Amino acid sequence: MNKKARFSAFTGYLVASFGMLIGVILLAVSIWQPHLFSNLRTQASDIVSPAANAGAVARDDSRSFLQVVAGYYRAGSKNAQLKREMEIARVKLAEAEAVKQENKRLKAILGLRDRDPEPVAMARLIGSTSASARRFAYLSRGRSDGVQPGMPVVAAKGLVGRVLESGDHSSRIMLLTDTESMVPVRRSTDNIVAFAEGRANGSLRIRLIDLGINPLKTGDVFVTSGAGGLFPPGVAVAVVSKITKDGAIANLLANPAATDFVAIEPQWHGNIKDLEAPSQQEDANTSGTSSEPNE
Amino acid sequence: MISPFNPRARSDAYGSKINRDHSSILVYGVPWVTIILACLAPMVPFIALAPLIPPLGYLFLLTWRLVRPGLLPLWAGLPLGALDDLFSGQPFGNGIFLFSITLLTLETVEMRFPWRSFLLDWLTASIALAIYLYAGFLFSGAELTSIQLRLILPQLLLSIVLFPIIARMVALLDRFRLMRIRRVG
Repeated sequence: MNKKARFSAFTGYLVASFGMLIGVILLAVSIWQPHLFSNLRTQASDIVSPAANAGAVARDDSRSFLQVVAGYYRAGSKNAQLKREMEIARVKLAEAEAVKQENKRLKAILGLRDRDPEPVAMARLIGSTSASARRFAYLSRGRSDGVQPGMPVVAAKGLVGRVLESGDHSSRIMLLTDTESMVPVRRSTDNIVAFAEGRANGSLRIRLIDLGINPLKTGDVFVTSGAGGLFPPGVAVAVVSKITKDGAIANLLANPAATDFVAIEPQWHGNIKDLEAPSQQEDANTSGTSSEPNE
Repeated sequence: MISPFNPRARSDAYGSKINRDHSSILVYGVPWVTIILACLAPMVPFIALAPLIPPLGYLFLLTWRLVRPGLLPLWAGLPLGALDDLFSGQPFGNGIFLFSITLLTLETVEMRFPWRSFLLDWLTASIALAIYLYAGFLFSGAELTSIQLRLILPQLLLSIVLFPIIARMVALLDRFRLMRIRRVG
């Protein structure tokens, strides 16, 4: 090896080691402050999102084309479609039951307005971090369409996740199955409250808040409780598939792999503002006596 | 009598040898472009509920490195890893670190054990992929549970099985890379 070659090999090693060192530092910084590089990421996904969106459109089109062909040639597919509709109907029924329950509760408190939030935008899921241990997905809508971090993302069959970072024309959402995702839920038929945690393998872990006798049964549908804001109450989340000691393992109702369009809804702040004023008055009026509402 | 001219005498697998030369854009550009495209794989409309797809960006980097040692500069892990980090969902710096350390380690190991065969490459790639996936899982910020550790196994297996296929693809791309399309003289 001559002098020049040796020198260039040496600089190669030097630059590569330097790169590795930069990697270590950046990694440490971004584990410490996960949102520090979100600008870079959103700009990058903004650049790629038009092409990715075209891919998503092509996927949906080809899928619907295949469905048409299958509909002609296979009666079984119609059966499958009916089954799917049945599934949606079942979810809707559970949601309706939840709404009924909700209404009953709300009627106890007067002067509360209850309206469905208008979705901020409709979008396609254009990609997901399918190679990483984290469960993120990309949307084809961003800040220019009014999408802001923290907004819940809802599909026809139920909750999908929430917006984590938003660029101008694309945003990144955290799916419910991410291990960092946690949603306050309640059983659709009564007020058993729990947290739905992601397990990263496609299912959710339902952790009951009231520990004691586990009242859950397989087939129970969980909907968002609206506690703590962010997620609007009464959106279907998951159906229980296995009972565990402190809760259950549940399957997602809205499989993001099978959804074409999702709605981005505004953050739910609850009726906290409306609630606060009367409840404070109530407290003032009934101070000293028990303020339990009569059932 | 002069025997008839054999039309293939002055050309090889990469095209005519007369008046044509390799294009430097292709020679150096093809590996970079394929790795960049592979890094963009998360933007393919496939919504996975669990980590399933092999890390294609890393797999292509590894394959190019093993099929054509010395073609990618040692510092290539820095820009390519940064690009991978923008889309992979891992914390920024994960790709930069793991891509760079892979290139450095392979360089050092190959200097000591210069013999090569495809099986050895496959073994190297399998070890590298296992380390990459588990290190990525460790850095990802996801909760460390036994489910997660088992969850990576199918992905790892798929990546290892995919290596020979990617190696064939890279070999094809390598032929394309070395096409003599530039006109000289």
